Amino acid sequence: MKRLFAALPLLTGMCLFPPVQAQAQTVFHLTLKDHHFEPDHLSVPAGERFMIELENQDSTTDELESYDMKFEKIIVSGSKIRVHAGPLHPGTYTFFDDYHPDQAKGTVTAEAKP
Amino acid sequence: MLGSLIIVFREVIEAGLVIGIVLAATRGIAGRGWWVAGGIAAGVTGAAIAAAFAGALSTAFSGNGQDIFSASILCVAVLMLAWHVIWMARHGRELAQEMKQMGAAVSSGSRSLGAMATVVAVAVLREGMEVVLFLYGIAVSAHVGAFSLLSGGLLGVLGGAALSYALYRGLIIIPLRHLFAVTNILVSILAAGMASQAAALLASDDLIPALGYDIWDTSWLLPDGSLAGRTAKALAGYTDRPTGIQILVWGLTLVCLLVTERFVRTRPHPSTSP
Repeated sequence: MKRLFAALPLLTGMCLFPPVQAQAQTVFHLTLKDHHFEPDHLSVPAGERFMIELENQDSTTDELESYDMKFEKIIVSGSKIRVHAGPLHPGTYTFFDDYHPDQAKGTVTAEAKP
Repeated sequence: MLGSLIIVFREVIEAGLVIGIVLAATRGIAGRGWWVAGGIAAGVTGAAIAAAFAGALSTAFSGNGQDIFSASILCVAVLMLAWHVIWMARHGRELAQEMKQMGAAVSSGSRSLGAMATVVAVAVLREGMEVVLFLYGIAVSAHVGAFSLLSGGLLGVLGGAALSYALYRGLIIIPLRHLFAVTNILVSILAAGMASQAAALLASDDLIPALGYDIWDTSWLLPDGSLAGRTAKALAGYTDRPTGIQILVWGLTLVCLLVTERFVRTRPHPSTSP
């Protein structure tokens, strides 16, 4: 019991003092227009964290989501959002607009460095 | 129609599972129907308000507003679930005995009900915000097929509600003397899952350390995107490729709750106040 409570401040401490941010993450820019991503394919380096910035040029509210890259963020019309992803193993991953999943979808390919 | 049915159904299930467990866990406490209904109403209202400010929310905290908001309300729910577990540890036995004797809802437990109503409100708010935005988007876009999409959404709500009712019926088959032991474990797992989801949200924005990515990969067995995967996520915080912090927070929350519950339950307590 006591040991458990001793672990709590430790955890709190970790929350309060996040680790030093790694070198600036690469940001990949996408736009959403007529319910299509432009571009609808990204190549990213495997094993690194990165960000996707999405600008919604449609008049609808959308939601940028990916199951295998673990992000989900609502984006209202005319705004910009950023989601964090990675590090990814080499392979192909998918993202989509959860409100228009049949039209707006795209892929990310993670490539190992040569 | 099918598309919107599935989208809404998914979200409603996630909130509905929480409500089903809350209903089973508060069985026998007088007035819980009103509290749970109040929690749902508060959640829907909150979802509508949050949806109206979705734009402001997503740009808040340098773009991390949505995640911080979700993580904060999840933490509130975890605290309320913990409160319930401890309250039940003190009063669960009396409650079961009273119910056996009187055969009906008797005890007053409005404090625990307040906590559980908050949990319901949080669950509905979290999943409801997406549903509200989605249905609102359909309603304002006057394109053909909006009616069928909206009716799909309505069917989704009904389907999700039916499933949570089924879960509740399934749980209350458990004999009374075991019911609260089972629901206390379910509630503890629910709390652990919510805490780990909060951690995942904050770690994804690099606000707390992730302590390793992809600790295991069970996406071949139970992918996050599948209905079963989402159910497991809503019930227990499952994810197919967890980060280290998720596992740590999950384990810590569960162990803390179970140990505290046991400690409170086995300690004799003279007070009989609610």
